[in-house]
Amino acid sequence: MTADRRQGSDSPAVRTEAVEALLVERGLVQSAAVDALVERYEQDIGPLRGARVVAEAWTDPAFRARLLEDGMPAIRELGFGDNTDSHVARLVVKENTESVHNLVVCTLCSCYPWAVLGLPPAWYKSPAYRSRAVREPRLLLAELGLDLEPEVELRVWDSSAEVRYMVLPRRPEGTGGLDVEELTARVTRDSMIGVERL
Amino acid sequence: MNGIHDMGGMHGFGAVDRRSDEALFPEAWQGRVCALAGYAMGAGLANIDAFRHAIERMPPERYLADGYYGRWLYALETLARERLAGDALPERPDVGSVTREVDREPRFAVGDPVRTWNRHPQGHTRLPGYARDRRGVIADIHPACVYPDTNADGRGESPEYLYTVAFESRELWGEEAEAGATVYIDLFEPYLEALA
Repeated sequence: MTADRRQGSDSPAVRTEAVEALLVERGLVQSAAVDALVERYEQDIGPLRGARVVAEAWTDPAFRARLLEDGMPAIRELGFGDNTDSHVARLVVKENTESVHNLVVCTLCSCYPWAVLGLPPAWYKSPAYRSRAVREPRLLLAELGLDLEPEVELRVWDSSAEVRYMVLPRRPEGTGGLDVEELTARVTRDSMIGVERL
Repeated sequence: MNGIHDMGGMHGFGAVDRRSDEALFPEAWQGRVCALAGYAMGAGLANIDAFRHAIERMPPERYLADGYYGRWLYALETLARERLAGDALPERPDVGSVTREVDREPRFAVGDPVRTWNRHPQGHTRLPGYARDRRGVIADIHPACVYPDTNADGRGESPEYLYTVAFESRELWGEEAEAGATVYIDLFEPYLEALA
């Protein structure tokens, strides 16, 4: 079925009002619930849950092992994953090491580990990232300031289906004395996607 | 379908503009669309695969021009137009898990060499074009899941095992591929054939 090419000539704001009115009229949504969900997104702590997961994994080897074995049950131990996108079959966490670096992309849409990182940043959804991360990932990473040593194996995870991926970055040097809270503050969203080192 | 959404490997989109200071929803309607889509799917407007396919069916110039939530808005309009003409809702509410119990074993084991099929379906599929007719190795086996290819257009869930398949960069991109890179792609069993 082809799409109607005349669709949507009004502004997106006007079109959104129209489609919302129709969905409300047909009883599929309630505007108050939409208001509440938007507010929840806006106050969303975003990647903070993922940062906490990383800090726990750095400080608790048993938790780290469970996390790498099966991500979703492990993050539930920390009270996360309750508002997980129900269309996700598994959360898989890939660990960066001295010899392996991991990078996450979704070339077909913009699948992202919402349960731990919140909503994806604009660049992750951009055609430039989606097109290049699988074909020239080293060049792309270099442009973003991460010069990967030639001997480091690069693994790119194209989230094309029902599995979502998060990177467990390497713990930075000189953080031995920090507690979980202080470590959490050191973890960036982009390091958990794999475009940054800490 | 061979659409504009299938972006892996394309040239011409330039540098990645990575900003750290962006708002979650720069315009208010974007947040509304994000929430509306979730509720409308949950209430039975369409399942997630039909929603993704509605995005893929956009005219390609609109896909590029409208942005991420603009595409969601377009898909919501398309699905509302196509599916809300009658009184009944077109789908069961799309909530809960996508994994399914099936009474057969996975065809492949970790380490098995496989080749992806060379098919160009007009409908929805989750085999990226750049990985079509390519040799890889099974790296992981996941539970059977609802099969997006049939679920997207009303042919049913027909669950299939899902695998992570490892492809050497050179197999995907030829002589000029970057060294030392492997691309892992999650692929459903029908996309794969055993390599002797």
